[in-house]
Amino acid sequence: MTTTPVLEAIDETLETQGKPPVNVIYEWLTTVDHKKIGLMYIVYALIFLVVAGFEAILMRIQLAIPNNHFVSPQVFNQLFTMHGTTMVFFMGMPILFGMGNYLVPLMIGARDMAFPRLNAFSFWISAFAGILLYFSYFGASGLYAAGSAPDVGWFAYAPLTSKVFSPGHSTDYWTLAVFLSGVGSIGTALNIVTTIICMRCKGMKMSRMPLLPWLYLVMSGLVFVAVSPLTAAQVMLTLDRYLGAHFFDTQAGGSAILWMHFFWIFGHPEVYVLVLPAFAFANEVIPVFSRKAMFGYPAMVAASVAIGFISLSVWAHHMFTVGMGPAGNTFFVFATMVISVPTGIKIFNWLATIWGGKIIFAVPMMFMVGFLFQFLIAGLTGIMLSAAPFDWQLSASYFVVAHFHYVLVGAIVFSLFGAFYYWYPKVTGKMMSDTLGKWHFWLFLIGFHLTFDFMHVPGLLGMPRRIYTYEAGRGWDTLNFIVGVGAIFQAAGTLVLVYNMIHSYYKGKEAGHDPWDAWTLEWSVPSPPPSYNFAIEPTVNSRRPLWDLKHPEDPDSDYE
Amino acid sequence: MTTVTTASRIPIDGPIETPWKLPYRGNIGMACLILAESAIFIIFVVAYIYYIGKSLSGPTPAQVLELPIFGTICLLSSSFFVHHAVTSLRKENFRACTLHLAATVLLGTIFLITTAREWYHLIHDEGLTIKTNLFGSTYYSLVGLHATHVVVGLIMLSLTLAFSLAGKIKEEHSEKLEVLSLYWHFVDAVWVVVFLVVYVIGR
Ligand code: HEM
Ligand SMILES: [Cu+2]
Repeated sequence: MTTTPVLEAIDETLETQGKPPVNVIYEWLTTVDHKKIGLMYIVYALIFLVVAGFEAILMRIQLAIPNNHFVSPQVFNQLFTMHGTTMVFFMGMPILFGMGNYLVPLMIGARDMAFPRLNAFSFWISAFAGILLYFSYFGASGLYAAGSAPDVGWFAYAPLTSKVFSPGHSTDYWTLAVFLSGVGSIGTALNIVTTIICMRCKGMKMSRMPLLPWLYLVMSGLVFVAVSPLTAAQVMLTLDRYLGAHFFDTQAGGSAILWMHFFWIFGHPEVYVLVLPAFAFANEVIPVFSRKAMFGYPAMVAASVAIGFISLSVWAHHMFTVGMGPAGNTFFVFATMVISVPTGIKIFNWLATIWGGKIIFAVPMMFMVGFLFQFLIAGLTGIMLSAAPFDWQLSASYFVVAHFHYVLVGAIVFSLFGAFYYWYPKVTGKMMSDTLGKWHFWLFLIGFHLTFDFMHVPGLLGMPRRIYTYEAGRGWDTLNFIVGVGAIFQAAGTLVLVYNMIHSYYKGKEAGHDPWDAWTLEWSVPSPPPSYNFAIEPTVNSRRPLWDLKHPEDPDSDYE
Repeated sequence: MTTVTTASRIPIDGPIETPWKLPYRGNIGMACLILAESAIFIIFVVAYIYYIGKSLSGPTPAQVLELPIFGTICLLSSSFFVHHAVTSLRKENFRACTLHLAATVLLGTIFLITTAREWYHLIHDEGLTIKTNLFGSTYYSLVGLHATHVVVGLIMLSLTLAFSLAGKIKEEHSEKLEVLSLYWHFVDAVWVVVFLVVYVIGR
C-alpha cells in the first residue's frame, strides 16, 4: 500500500495510543484536536451546569415557604443573576459548541476543523470568562471580600448598572465575562461555518449534508449577527463605567431603552442559537430510532433558515411593557407569531418521521419524545405571551419564567440529554447503562413537570419574578413548595446522569463502531475515533452513506 | 497494517459527478469575521444616529467638526494599492507587490495621522472628551473603533511589507494576501459609512 504523510501520522498516533502518553495534562492543555476541544467544552459546561443548578436549588429553597430567611435579598439577587448568566453563557453555549466541535467534522467527513488553533483559543477564552465571572465572588468588592457577585440580572438593565446603583466592580466582572465569552463564541462560530463550507468530503453536496451540520451553520450565522451586538453593547457599558461616557446615563440624555434594544437584539436570537442545535440532535436521533429516513429534508432546511432570519426581527416582544406605541407593538406581535409557521413545519416533519416507523424506545429516543412534547407546550405559552395585552398582564411574573424554562429545559436540555446517550458510545467506546438512563429520564421528567407546570399558576395569580420572599396566604405557598420539590427531583436526575457517565466509562459494555445501526459518517470510524478521524477521506453518494453500504440493493442515491 | 482498523468503511474512490472543489477557507473565514464586525459597527452607528442632537450641553458637532477630506482620499485610495499588490503577486511581479504594499501602508498611516491631529485639536482646543456629552461619547467610540481597525490592519500590512522586502513572499502566498486585502477593503468601506454618518448627517 502507498503511504502518505497523513497515513504515517495516523500510524504513529495509533502506535502511541496503546502506551501511556508522556504527560496527559500537558497533552490536553495544548491540544488542537477538535474532539478533545469538544470534550473539554462539554466537561467545563457540565461543571457549570452543576454550579448553576445548585444556585437554582438555593433559590427554590428560599421560595419554598413564605417569609423565609434562608438567604438575604442581596444574596437572592446575586443568585438569579449568576444562575441566568451561567446557564446561558457558560452552560448552554459551550455545551452546544462542544457537541458541534466534536460532531461536525466527523459528520462531514473532515479530519479536523478549518482553524484548529483558533478553535483552541476560542475554548480557552470562554473557559477563562467563566472563571472570571465566578472569581467575582472573591474579588469584586475589595480584596477577597466574599459575596460580591453581580446582582443586576442577566439582562443588566440600565440604569441598574451605572456607577451610582452598582458601585464596586461586580458589574465590571459581569461585563468582562460576557464580553470574553462573546469573543470565544464568535471565534467558534467562524470556525464551524468555514469547516462546513470548505472541508466537506468528496461528494457531500450541501443538499446531501446531514441536518446537524446544516443547523450548526444557521446557528453560527445567528451568532455573528446576534452575539456581536451584545459584545458591542458591553464595550459601551464599560466605556460608561470606566471612562465616564454617557451611552446609558439618563442624567446626561442617554437612554435606558437603547440598552434594552441592544440587549434583546442579542437576547431573542440567542434563544434560537441555543435551540437550533437542540433541533439538530432531534434530527439525527429521531430517524434512527424510527428506522425511517428523515421526512421532508428540504423543508427542514428551509424552515431552519427561515427561523434564523425571522428570529432577528422579533426582539422587542420582550419590551411590550416599555411603551413602544401601537405601531411598534403590532409589528412585533405579528413578527413573533410568524415564527410559529416554520416551527410548526418542523414539528410536523418530526411527527411524520415517527409516524409508521418501527419505533425503538431506547433512552435517547425517550428524551427526544419528551423534547417534542414539551417544545410544543412551550410554543403554545409563547404564542400566548406574544399577544401584547396578555404580556402586559404577565410580563415579569412567574408565568414568563415558566414559559422560558419550558424552552430552555424542556426542549434544549431534554434534547441535549438524548444526544448524550446517543453519542456517548461513539465518544468513549462504551455503552451507557440503560437502567440508570431510565432512572435519569423519569426522575428528570417528573421533576421537570412538577417544577415548571406548577410555576405557571403563581404567575397567573400575580406572583412577580425576582422577589426574594412573599407573604403567606396569597395562594402561592403550596404551589411554590411543589415547585421546589420538583427542582430536587431534577437535581437527582442530573446526578444519576453524571454517575452513569463516569460508571459506564469504566464498567460499560463495549459499543463497537455502530451500536445503533445508524447512517451518518461518524459511525463508520472506530469508537472512540482516532486522531484525524478518517485514515482515508471518504466519498459519499447520498444523504445516508452507511445505509448505502449496508443495503447495496436499495441505495438512497436512487431516490435523490 | 494498522491503518486498516482506522480506515472508514466508506468506499474511497466512489464515483462522483463533478470535480470536487471547495472554496478557500481563508476567504470564508474572513467573510464571517466581516459579517460579525459589521454587526458590531452597526450597533455603534445606531447609537450615534440615535443620539444626534440629544446632548444636553455643548460643544455640538457643527461647532467643532471639519470634513476630513484629505484623510478620506488617502484611505480610500489605499484600497486600490492593496488590490494591485495582490494582482502583482499573482503575476510573480515581486517588486510591484512590495511597492504597492508600501504605498498602502504609507496612505493608511497618513490617514491615521489626520485622525490623531483631529483628536488632538478636539481634546486640546475644544475641550471635547468622551466625558463631555453624548456627542463626545458616541464620536470617540465610533471613530475610535474604526481607527483601531486601521491600526490592526496597518500592523498586519507592515509585517507583510517587511517579509516582502526580505524576499520571503512568493506567489503561493497570494491567497493569504488576498484575505488581508479583503479586511482592508472592509475597513475602507466602514469609513465611508462613518464619514457619512459622523461628518455629513451628524453635522
Ligand atoms: C433545571 C432546573 C432549573 C430551575 C429549578 C431554575 C430555576 C430558576 C429560578 C427560580 C429563577 C429565578 C426567577 C426569578 O426570580 O426571576 C431562574 C431564572 C432564570 N433561569 Fe433558571 N432554572 C433551571 C434551569 C435553567 C436552565 C437550564 C436555563 C438556561 C439554559 C435557565 C435560565 C434562566 C434564566 C435566563 C433566568 C433569568 C434570570 C434573571 O431573571 O435574571 N434556567 N431559574
Ligand atoms: Cu424573545
